[in-house]
Amino acid sequence: MSESNGRITTRGAVVMRAEAVTKAYGGTHALRGVDFELRVGEVTALIGENGAGKSTLMKILAGVEQPSSGTITLDGEVVAFANPTEALSRGVAIIHQELSLCLNMSIADNIFLGRERVRNGAVDFAAQREETVQLLERLEEPLDPRTTAADLRLGQQQIVEIARALSEDARILIMDEPTSALSHAEVQVLFRLIRELTSRGVSVVYISHHLDECLELADTAVVLRDGEIVARAPMAEVDLPWIVSQMVGRESGDLYAPMAYDPGEVLLSLDGVVVSDPDSPGRLAARDVSFDVHAGEVVGIYGLMGAGRTELLEALAGRNPILAGSVTLDGKDLTGLSVEDRIDRGLILVPEDRQRDGLVQVLSVGRNMALASVGKFVQGLFLNPKPESELLAETARGVKVKMAGFDAAIGSLSGGNQQKVVIGKALMTEPRVVVLDEPTRGIDVGAKADIFALMASQAREGRAVLFATSELDEVLYASDRIIVMARGRVVAELDPRTTSREQLMAIADSPAQATNARNEA
Amino acid sequence: MTATQQSPKTSGSVATTGRTRRPIIGDRGVGEFLLDQRAFVALIVLVIVFALLSDAFLTPSNLITMTKHVAYNAILALGMLLVITTAGIDLSVGSIVGLSGIVAGVMLQGWQLSLFDVTAYPAVWVVIIVALAVGALVGSLNGLLVTRFNVAPFIATLGTMYIARGAALLISNGSTFPKLQGDPELGNTGFSFLGVARPLGIPTAIWIMVAFAIVIALLVNKTRFGRWLYATGGNERAAQLSGVPVKKVKMRVYIISGICAAMAGLIIASELTSAAPQTGNTFELNAIAAVVIGGASLAGGRGTVKGALIGAFVIGFLSDGLVLVGVSSFWQTVIKGLVIVLAVILDQGQERLKKARAAAQAAQSVKQEAAEREAAKAA
Repeated sequence: MSESNGRITTRGAVVMRAEAVTKAYGGTHALRGVDFELRVGEVTALIGENGAGKSTLMKILAGVEQPSSGTITLDGEVVAFANPTEALSRGVAIIHQELSLCLNMSIADNIFLGRERVRNGAVDFAAQREETVQLLERLEEPLDPRTTAADLRLGQQQIVEIARALSEDARILIMDEPTSALSHAEVQVLFRLIRELTSRGVSVVYISHHLDECLELADTAVVLRDGEIVARAPMAEVDLPWIVSQMVGRESGDLYAPMAYDPGEVLLSLDGVVVSDPDSPGRLAARDVSFDVHAGEVVGIYGLMGAGRTELLEALAGRNPILAGSVTLDGKDLTGLSVEDRIDRGLILVPEDRQRDGLVQVLSVGRNMALASVGKFVQGLFLNPKPESELLAETARGVKVKMAGFDAAIGSLSGGNQQKVVIGKALMTEPRVVVLDEPTRGIDVGAKADIFALMASQAREGRAVLFATSELDEVLYASDRIIVMARGRVVAELDPRTTSREQLMAIADSPAQATNARNEA
Repeated sequence: MTATQQSPKTSGSVATTGRTRRPIIGDRGVGEFLLDQRAFVALIVLVIVFALLSDAFLTPSNLITMTKHVAYNAILALGMLLVITTAGIDLSVGSIVGLSGIVAGVMLQGWQLSLFDVTAYPAVWVVIIVALAVGALVGSLNGLLVTRFNVAPFIATLGTMYIARGAALLISNGSTFPKLQGDPELGNTGFSFLGVARPLGIPTAIWIMVAFAIVIALLVNKTRFGRWLYATGGNERAAQLSGVPVKKVKMRVYIISGICAAMAGLIIASELTSAAPQTGNTFELNAIAAVVIGGASLAGGRGTVKGALIGAFVIGFLSDGLVLVGVSSFWQTVIKGLVIVLAVILDQGQERLKKARAAAQAAQSVKQEAAEREAAKAA
């Protein structure tokens, strides 16, 4: 741990370097031979779509994960961090995309968690509070260090996370979506702080879906696509269209052409729906959302992180209450109905997080798939296994799930097949409206194609399909109609046949301009 | 990016998977088979060891006596199994045993209805139904606390444990009701049937245990409620989003557990022909131990009727066997504790094994899919 001697501090010199780094999870590669370098006092924006490998690369730099192959050098010396604490002791700090505060503890306790200031064998709470006050002053967020983290707004919690990284005097600061919960004013404070840090020789890696932020802040842009670095350029030489075309890997105008479709009557109708954020009930996740979904069409909701897609869909399914507005299915009001009533009426959700919300790990494939529709097989007191196994077999063929059998453990399936089981579970209820939240998250390309084909075929059978995604290509490819959400509002309704990636991204990114550019499909 | 790239061979394999009977030992090896059946193996080992140590152990009369002792705990364990499968716990069952006995005692001794200034002597079947209803009532209180007021099951049932015990003490004023055999003149005889009679040479308690076991096994394995039960305990969020009424499920398991406990209380009161308010103290712990030895997970979602029954037999045969071979009661307690801890350690080992296998299979299938995609691309 010899820190002082070999430190590289010359402005513009490479301080940290990743060479030929690969990372494989099971059989899938998240990173394939990535070369990446960080220079003293510079902000490097790491840009790419979801699943491009940005977070994985940063986790490797910060010691959260270890590369499958390749080397990391810091100050010209090869390092292999076993854990984040080791990386931190060398000055590499990371602010994660997911907030990781202990909500039951105070701000000061959180900032010094795991490296408490100790004096005479006891924690020196006064010194910790003192330092916390100073850190928060630098961030222009004068909070009482004794405030419990649970009492903070999401944005304030994010600032505490940032303060924690700063408290360690990091030389390399990795920020993974630090602004997703910040207000515009808070973002400006953060930017000032980042500039102050870089002027003192700190190197920053900045990851954000908001490309305008990257343009404003970064010195260098690095674009990652499918686990490989596809472009690298000084920020002064590039513009938004260049970044987008590098991200998506095609020149603009190169569209998939969704099939012509023939929408039927309105099945699902939202009118002025308001939903609060279940994690922080004071914040509204969706405001005044109105749109219709017709029989026979696939409607895609596109939006960046924090746009309110998941909260809206969960409220449609009955998990979270709808604060205002109405939702009707086939003209009948769904207000106040439970999840099971809505499933009976024909609306079911395929949730975003299949491990947490979609699957029961202790149950077999068959039991999981039949879970939402067991009521169909009740005869007298007992379940009749014959129609159940028949419908299971039929559904499994329909969703093309590959498995050893219905008795197989759900954990023995690949991610794509697990997702097909969750979709099969929804289809077994014979729904009229299928709602899917990020249906292709964390699954491979082949399974993605299967799932999109399935969504299309469900719509052709007269169902209404509503899905949400944060991936440009997917929403353009799989939708008959696109609804764009930003910060809780519907900002545009677009026709995928006449919309380019650039337009879509620009609208989702800057909601203020987009409201004028409403383009009825 | 089309759906046709999936080879028809692989999607066809789905159709052939009907109900395949698993081989008894299969490809897993003997060691793992024994690990899987560890509760049953433990029971066999117990029987063999005690049979070698004592000639009296394996006699029919001793086996029947021991099984009768097992019966109360088994009935409690069956109710507890349902609660634990939903990731809950029911600490109130021991107190319900006491309370149901006292309720039966009060009614058989003469139920003073001060409002009408009469003493009623209800028939035995009325007594039994009222006592079971009291168990169901305490159970529904548990369910209400857990589902409506979001009290953690441990705390909710800890509270009702004291409440039910206190109620038993209040009703009986702390004293025992003796002589529950009833009076032919009052037409309330027959209570002894539950604890003393031996239809077909087998004590009624054992018949009741068998009946409860069959009903609960059917409930768990053959009904919609059974599916809901495992899903609720396995992943409550996923179950809820699949339309499982998780609150209703939880409510019901506590009610069933209360009824099971009340039944056990009736059998004990009948056998002793008296009801004491302290009866059933710490019975809840034996019931939990039986369920856990039987392979259920306190985290929920896992557990079988067969396992809970075997667990009850292991605990019962162990206690009675140690008495029979003359081991001191202090050592009995220590040994029982060791068995419980060992059971859980083995369970953890097996879970790790299962998870590792599932992960390996998943990795395998991912590789296979990648290979198939490559092949499709090449073709």
